[in-house]
Amino acid sequence: MFPRPIQERSRSRQLMYKVALPISLIIWLLPMIAIVATAGRSLSDLNRGNYWGMPSEWAFIENFAKVFGSSSIGTYLLNSVIITLPSIAGALFLSTLAGAGLALYKFRGRFLILALFIAGNFVPFQILMIPVRQLTLDLGVYDTYWGVILFQIAFQTGFCTFFMRNFIAELPFELVEAARAEGVGEWQILVHIIVPLVRPALAALAVLQFTFIWNDFFWPLILIQSDELRPITLGLTVLKGQYISSFNLLAAGSLIAALPPVMMFFAMQKHFIAGLTLGASKG
Amino acid sequence: MRYLKTTVCAVALMLCSTSAFARDLVMNANTSDPAQKLAMEELIADFEAAYPEIDVKFNLYDHEAFKVAMRNFLVSDAPDLITWNAGNRMKVFVDLGLLEDVSDVWQAEGLHEAMPAVVSASSVEGKQYGVPYAYYAWGFYYRKDLFEQAGITSTPTTWEEFLEVGAKLNAAGITPITIGTKDLWPTAGWFDFLNMRINGGEFHAQLMDGKVAYTDERVKRVFEKWAELVSADFFVENHPGYSFQEALPFMNQGKSAMYLLAPFIVSMFPDDVREQVEWFPFPVIDPAVGIYEDAPTDSFHIPKNATNKEDARLFLAFAAQADVQTKTAATLDMLPPNINASVKDDRFAQGGFAQLGQANGIMQFYDRDTDPALAKVGMEGFQEFMQNPDRIDAILQRIEAERERIYGAL
Amino acid sequence: MTEIQVLSNSRRRTGSTFLRKHQLIIAPVAFITPAFAMFSLFVIYPIIQSIGLSFVEWQGIGPQTWVGLDNYRELLGDPVFWKALTNNVYWLVLFLLAPVLGLFIALFLNQNVFGIRLVKSLFFFPFVVSQIVVGLVFAWFYDPAFGLLATMLEPLGVKFPAILSNENWATFGIILAGLWPQTAYCMILYLTGLNSVNPEVIEAARLDGAKGWRLLVNIVLPQLRAATFIAVVVTIIGALRSFDLVAIMTGGGPYNSSNVLAYYMYDNAIFRYRMGYASAIATILFLIMDLYIAWFLMRLLKNEKGSR
Repeated sequence: MFPRPIQERSRSRQLMYKVALPISLIIWLLPMIAIVATAGRSLSDLNRGNYWGMPSEWAFIENFAKVFGSSSIGTYLLNSVIITLPSIAGALFLSTLAGAGLALYKFRGRFLILALFIAGNFVPFQILMIPVRQLTLDLGVYDTYWGVILFQIAFQTGFCTFFMRNFIAELPFELVEAARAEGVGEWQILVHIIVPLVRPALAALAVLQFTFIWNDFFWPLILIQSDELRPITLGLTVLKGQYISSFNLLAAGSLIAALPPVMMFFAMQKHFIAGLTLGASKG
Repeated sequence: MRYLKTTVCAVALMLCSTSAFARDLVMNANTSDPAQKLAMEELIADFEAAYPEIDVKFNLYDHEAFKVAMRNFLVSDAPDLITWNAGNRMKVFVDLGLLEDVSDVWQAEGLHEAMPAVVSASSVEGKQYGVPYAYYAWGFYYRKDLFEQAGITSTPTTWEEFLEVGAKLNAAGITPITIGTKDLWPTAGWFDFLNMRINGGEFHAQLMDGKVAYTDERVKRVFEKWAELVSADFFVENHPGYSFQEALPFMNQGKSAMYLLAPFIVSMFPDDVREQVEWFPFPVIDPAVGIYEDAPTDSFHIPKNATNKEDARLFLAFAAQADVQTKTAATLDMLPPNINASVKDDRFAQGGFAQLGQANGIMQFYDRDTDPALAKVGMEGFQEFMQNPDRIDAILQRIEAERERIYGAL
Repeated sequence: MTEIQVLSNSRRRTGSTFLRKHQLIIAPVAFITPAFAMFSLFVIYPIIQSIGLSFVEWQGIGPQTWVGLDNYRELLGDPVFWKALTNNVYWLVLFLLAPVLGLFIALFLNQNVFGIRLVKSLFFFPFVVSQIVVGLVFAWFYDPAFGLLATMLEPLGVKFPAILSNENWATFGIILAGLWPQTAYCMILYLTGLNSVNPEVIEAARLDGAKGWRLLVNIVLPQLRAATFIAVVVTIIGALRSFDLVAIMTGGGPYNSSNVLAYYMYDNAIFRYRMGYASAIATILFLIMDLYIAWFLMRLLKNEKGSR
């Protein structure tokens, strides 16, 4: 293990670590603390420039009540889930297949295909707005969940394929060879050998994808019109006014929106951090 | 498999049901300020009460997102109604054939007579393409108590008096004017007023239409006047780092005394500060030049591709009624375009109303009157000028180059 | 041993039906096709269309006018384009601090003490919270009149400089704000990677007397190659897409001094109604990145040949 477990160190070192950990956490989260504090300020305090001092009153309850009261935040959260989960499932499924296809077989043009998958990530995606909107119209999925889901699957497949291909290429190839020697079919190899080995990578990727898709507001903006289909990120932007922004409500809303990805991370952590050691046998 | 079939049917049924009720009225709006949002909700509720058979579906966007979304929904799956702005901003979409001619509503409701101030801003080649629900005046919001503290007894009506007020405030350790230029548009208010006061409304209109060069001597005179203020330290420091809203604390903390702005600022003063705030119009610079004012107008429009245009017309007619406009404008702290409506009884609305009443003409606003690309380059130039007045020649050349690209050489 | 040899060996041994015989050809095609088809339809095809748009003058709606290379010609003479490009280079270079910082934080957190799972989750927080709010709070850190730093330094008699309103510093102020979430991102990748480090190799090196810095550089880092790889790529993508923070913190200002290509493109497409010009900017950015991808894939290829 690296670095050396703190338990093996001297008592004073252990003490130092235990003190340093919360202090560094506080420094690291200072902007986060500021966001939380902003969520508890009144707009009148913010308009006075009181960003950092003691607020004249704490308005947490009022602000959160406003966020919940003035917008259909429950519907928005549900919509985010409806959009995010199938998108992740689709992107992970397609990219595991494609990643395996690119990592396990040698054929001409595989680097070109990989390059295309990566290249798609390097375009400033906002420029795709008009062609993609047209495409969803042609497919009849404009202003539906499916428009966003299909696009997210396709777009995220680029990065996911790159990610999965790298992980699969790092696996000990001898396992695949041995299976082939036994006459095991390629599909069976993928399902029974590759997938269990890359499960940690899939878990890590799922967390990242969850964050990306959950936080995206551009594509729902382009592809969805109806208020009742909007995800949380899009729903919250109306707290930004034409002239006047309710910074406090924006902060409160963004905290609510950030919680699901963090909880996802907390829950999935065990899977991708503990499990990854398997891939290490290659050394 | 059976399960799948049921799901498909259910989904299909849901899809049908949304379009089956012909009396759904879909409205996409950019009115996301707290007061705007409230005003729209009230208006819709009143409309639905008057027409119980119509169900308004309200999709609210924030203003910037609306600009993005609008370009998409107008050409694909258009709503029945949108909020937007009169003037050039509307004309852009009229020229593209994306907004419906609603002259019939104007005729039927007698709006030419009822809304004389906004006829031209709502018209393209004699036809009307929208119905305004509110407009507002620009002017100086200032703190009476700080003026008194600096020994100022009356508000300035001429340029000389204005300079004097600023000097006194500076002497008292108060920055005369606060402004946040991060979002650029607050600078344009200054340019508009200086240009209209120095060169008059007709020249300003020509400049907005791209018919005058930005390197013209008359335009340079505007910046000479503006530079007087910059070099005398009239403006707060570091204004490019602040949005309009983030520059307000200067005034709310008593560090700065004035803000050239529009009525939506009023709700942003904390109660104790608001008691001290009063309003005065932009001072006269050249008495020989008439009074022209910025009065941005917000309006409803029907997209060309809308499905339920009949009910949308009902809505336009409803929103144009005098009593409806009275209520909407009051919630917005703005002015009702309908002359039979009454103006809210407060000093800001009444002050602005009086000033617009005696004006020789009104304009929309820099970024609503001229080409959007030119407006962006222009306002960036204004911002740079306010930080570096000595760069004015290079700035004007840059704006002129953009004007020429759009409107052609003169 | 190369894969080719493996493949031919196994082919000789497997059965005789058509499918079996050819499954090493059929399998990759079947595996890659669905993903590639989706990706082509929704991403590659729109990219090609966008490149096509860079040769027209278009408001985003209405008629298009063919202008050939005019947009590119104008771009070359556009000072804002060059400024944005320069700023993108600053972003690219300085953003690479994120993998480094992320590695150190990951090393720091890679312990097994009480509550560490929660601590790790909290360190992850900056990455998930809305960029709009991050930008807002950093702007309030820097605010020369009411900001945290200015208020703290005031009693000491130090005047905190205006960062976001200064044409020379604004970009760096935004990059610093961007590093915060990006570091959290890289930290996760390294936390994942650190667990795959082979403990036996580490122990062996320790027995040889390697420790601290040398152990990290010579033994641990080479094993973190995959994590580093991905961290660098996502950081570069992040630097190029830097957008929300620029929009919220300065709007590209003061007078375009903190503009970046992605935002300038967006600005042209949305606020200036110049879809063609925006497409030209996107195309240039895309071409620059393609050079990078080519270099990057060549390295990938070389590394893999060496390792197997």
